[in-house]
Amino acid sequence: MRSLRVFSRGLVDENPVFRLLLGMCPTLAVSTAAINGLGMGLAAAAVLVASNILISLLRSVIPDKIRIPCYIVVIATFVTMVDLLMAAFVPDLHAVLGIFIPLIVVNCIVLQRAEAFASKNTVFMSAVDGIGMGLGFTVALMILASIREVIGSGTFFGISVLPLAFEPMKLMVSPPGAFISLGLIIGLINYLKNRREAERGA
Amino acid sequence: MLLVLLALAPAALFAVYHFGWYVLAILLTGTISAVLAETALLRFMKKPLTIVLDGSAALTGLLLALNVPAGAPLWMVAIGAFMAIIIGKHVFGGLGYNPFNPALVGRAILVSSWPAHMMAWVGPGLISSATPLAMQRAGEAVPPYLDLFFGLKAGSLGEVSVFLLLLGGIFLICKRVIDWKIPAAYLATVALMTWVLPARGQIGFFAGDPLMHVLSGGLVLGAFFMATDWVTSPVTKLGRVVMGLGAGIITAVIRLYGGLPEGVTFAILIMNGLTPLIDRYTMGRRFGVR
Amino acid sequence: MVPNLFAIFFGAILINNFVLTRFLGICPFLGVSKKIETAVGMSLAVIFVMTVASLATWGIQTYLLMPFNMLYLRTISFILVIAVLVQFVEMVMLKATPTLYQALGVYLPLITTNCAVLGVTLLNLNENYTLVQSLMHGFAGGVGFGLAIVVFAGIRERLDFAPIPKALEGFPIALIVAGLLSIAFSGFQGLL
Repeated sequence: MRSLRVFSRGLVDENPVFRLLLGMCPTLAVSTAAINGLGMGLAAAAVLVASNILISLLRSVIPDKIRIPCYIVVIATFVTMVDLLMAAFVPDLHAVLGIFIPLIVVNCIVLQRAEAFASKNTVFMSAVDGIGMGLGFTVALMILASIREVIGSGTFFGISVLPLAFEPMKLMVSPPGAFISLGLIIGLINYLKNRREAERGA
Repeated sequence: MLLVLLALAPAALFAVYHFGWYVLAILLTGTISAVLAETALLRFMKKPLTIVLDGSAALTGLLLALNVPAGAPLWMVAIGAFMAIIIGKHVFGGLGYNPFNPALVGRAILVSSWPAHMMAWVGPGLISSATPLAMQRAGEAVPPYLDLFFGLKAGSLGEVSVFLLLLGGIFLICKRVIDWKIPAAYLATVALMTWVLPARGQIGFFAGDPLMHVLSGGLVLGAFFMATDWVTSPVTKLGRVVMGLGAGIITAVIRLYGGLPEGVTFAILIMNGLTPLIDRYTMGRRFGVR
Repeated sequence: MVPNLFAIFFGAILINNFVLTRFLGICPFLGVSKKIETAVGMSLAVIFVMTVASLATWGIQTYLLMPFNMLYLRTISFILVIAVLVQFVEMVMLKATPTLYQALGVYLPLITTNCAVLGVTLLNLNENYTLVQSLMHGFAGGVGFGLAIVVFAGIRERLDFAPIPKALEGFPIALIVAGLLSIAFSGFQGLL
């Protein structure tokens, strides 16, 4: 049962993007289209699960003093693997995501989970935590990217979904639109949460 | 606020006369949308509805409407006014706390969102026509100075009549609503830089046409009515000169070397962003504290 | 050569600002921008590390990765170099200029995971920059980061007194301010 709680925590209560505000750089940069959000989310999730498992396996071997460099080497290895695999199998997506794939190395989510969870928990729990957090990141990216794509380009996964009379609001797919829409979405989530808490308290 | 609305009225009426009745629809759409957005937000946030009577929302809406081409679609003007009031003002807690000029926030959002509509310049009768700045870039003959001054040209609907804008601006300076230092420093800097520096692709210094640059584009409207907004511009005397100077430099750089023909909106927004720093360092120097 | 460096310099600061357009270094941009003083300290440390990291990774790439055809090791080798470099800078600073260390020391460990640093080294590699171009790009990228974070900190200090709606307090309003700054800087598109 604890594993279920660990899993769902990453999706909702401690969603890395909407609640913990981690991994902002790729979130803002690649969320211009739903497909990019999905690709980036899954790539980061794969690294997160693999590094969580390996770090948990090695947690009694890694000396405490140099643990951060060790984590970084483990993470960088998996990032390189994901980078090469994506270049081979999904070259178009790989080109669009650009340097944000290698930059998963310094994505705060991965390092933070290694430090805060995988280094203290069993392999199974760490894997579950990695899946939960990875999916939470993917879902958050998908939500942001879908909103931006629909309003900014009038499409969803590249397919036209809005009537022709609708003139796409290009701002949404430009850099300023990333900041503003993420800010408004987090604000909306806070608002709904505050209201629910107020109702419960009353 | 009411004095500013009054000072803008001649230029707005001239736009209706110059471009045609459709402009009146744009002006009403902008103003009414802004007032409606303000009322709705005040209700939602349970603040007193009487705040809407301060006229600031109406002014924001009018300024936004004055900053679009005369053939702009009404739905776009309405969205711009909503954005100006919501993202430009109320997310920060309302009037007095917004770091950026709301009308310019609205305009910048429209320029980034629908560049085709925001660059579709028209002359009288809504017949498409290039603005003087675009003509100059393309190497075409620019209308004579007197036409530029009295407003016989294409452009955003509120920027065309430099004469009436100056009249309104001087009225506000005399009434001590705005400080002369910002527009003076702004116009002087643009004039100096466009005179001295060669534009991209040109050679030779001191060969520019400063009078054309001052009389064209949104410079006079921006310098007197938007860069002077008391909420988003510095409070110190030196700071106000710096504000005008900085906005002038950015405007001239964008006009001479940028991808866009006009840079007033972005120049003022950047200087709005720098205002807290300008205030802080000009105050420190004056009183010798910190 | 010289106009090219000029373009790299203004490109990294105004047109493709590292923070506002490229989305690099967002975590420290949002996290260390509540006070102007800390923002200035962080910027100086980042400018320094980005310049030195550009130099170091250029050497590694030219004399190690390229000759032995090991470019696929760029991510792992660059991040290690940056981590070692940051540690080294910290030690040298502590010995040589304790006052500077006092001012910047606290920011140094944070810089290893600042993606602007790894980002600039990867961009240098992608753009095939020469040594001088890489150095200029690293330096200008740091200055661009510094400009954005200091201006941002100024606005945030002022917003401390604003009655911001409760749901938007903190990060949401910071993101909106960043978006508006990003719009303002978009006026420089097409410059040069």
